[in-house]
Amino acid sequence: MKERLSREAMAMRIARELFDGAVVNLGIGIPTLVSSFVPEGITVIYHTENGALGFGPVVTAEEMEDKADIDLVNASGQYITPQPGMCFFHHADSFAMIRGGHIDITVLGVLEVSEKGDLANWMFPGRGVGNIGGGMDLAFNAKKVIAATEHTTKDGKPKIVKECSVPLTAPQCVNLVVTDIAVIEVTSDGLLLKELAPGWTAEEVQELTEPRLLIAQDLREIEL
Amino acid sequence: MLNKVVETFDQAVADVPDGAVIMLGNFAGPGGTPFYLIRPFYLIRALCRQGAKDLTIVANTAGGIGLTLDFDDHRILFENRQVKKVIASFPFSTSPTRPSPAEKQILAGEVELEILPQGTLAERIRAGGAGIPAFYTPTGMGTVIEKGKETRDFDGRPCLLERALKADYAFVRAYKADPMGNLIYRGTQRQFNPIMATAARVTIAEVDEIVETGELHPEVIVTPGIFVNRIVKVAEDPGFPRHLERDFGARKT
Repeated sequence: MKERLSREAMAMRIARELFDGAVVNLGIGIPTLVSSFVPEGITVIYHTENGALGFGPVVTAEEMEDKADIDLVNASGQYITPQPGMCFFHHADSFAMIRGGHIDITVLGVLEVSEKGDLANWMFPGRGVGNIGGGMDLAFNAKKVIAATEHTTKDGKPKIVKECSVPLTAPQCVNLVVTDIAVIEVTSDGLLLKELAPGWTAEEVQELTEPRLLIAQDLREIEL
Repeated sequence: MLNKVVETFDQAVADVPDGAVIMLGNFAGPGGTPFYLIRPFYLIRALCRQGAKDLTIVANTAGGIGLTLDFDDHRILFENRQVKKVIASFPFSTSPTRPSPAEKQILAGEVELEILPQGTLAERIRAGGAGIPAFYTPTGMGTVIEKGKETRDFDGRPCLLERALKADYAFVRAYKADPMGNLIYRGTQRQFNPIMATAARVTIAEVDEIVETGELHPEVIVTPGIFVNRIVKVAEDPGFPRHLERDFGARKT
């Protein structure tokens, strides 16, 4: 088995997409890890659906006793910390930020992503039910949607598919797919393979991807 | 003199009839702890005792998601078989091994579920409070949310028509109230509360503290008192991790 990127390494790669002043909303899972790898000198303004902007880091297990406050949490249910410039608002304002196009970047988890950039991520696999939460609004309306995912399922099936087989979160919404073996941009011509994990070839990535990949002229190894 | 303070939670919910539509404020709970992010749960418990049936619940979740099964939220209304329909964005437990009572009842066809994107849920409530009967939004086009709804293109972007949501009662959770019903919130406590307060015929606020009229500064009141009909003070601290002595706005030292 070839070595794949860890979840942390994927988060590091995604963090390179952030820019100074970017308003960012991170989904649950790999996306949450991105905040740990923000490049130095860059200030990111985090948004959380339950009504806070510009808050500080998540309270760690060691800090819990002293800092955990039930009136300061993010949408993943983690305690967060205050930071100068932070502000609070209600749900209609929170989603005006999302639906009004004021979120620069969102990073979302994936069940399947199609070659057209359709995203499916809200149904629980095998349970026949799911939670939509704020993900659908983010997928439809954020300026840039980054899909963060292992390249294949636990059974080795491609998660990047021609057509999604489970209910969509949003059609044609994903701009960039960052997986544990590749970075792929969604273009109007199709999926463009831009970066490879160390030791992987374009052919090997193609084998684990259902739709045909276009290969970038400057295809290179992922830089973290 | 205007005074909306009600002595007990039981008095506050006594007139809720069978079939009422009830909005419940707040969001979801911090992971890793048994605590639920503070909900109007004393009002919910009182409604459970009161026993009104065939309720339609409008809330972000359907109660009892994830680790929060140990703690009372509107899960108890489902356990007590008081709910006919739930309108929510995050209705199901995140833990497959611990399905919520709502999940079991929804899958058994005993409770009707209307699932919505969270922003659509919030905007439908806001519209309900603001006298807007319906609005168009692109969120949900080309997904299961579109089903049965009118669609129309705006500037080349397909949108669907969403109707406003109104309620008979809204149970909201706030930090401080004055007898006129003016409310302020603490930290991320606002969530759905301020918009739900505007969208119900009767809004009941469960608060940590009731202060004298004039004590809340007019610059910081979030929910104007005219949106609130009844106020009940939480009698005992439920033991949440909170540092009420701290000011989230304090400068870094």
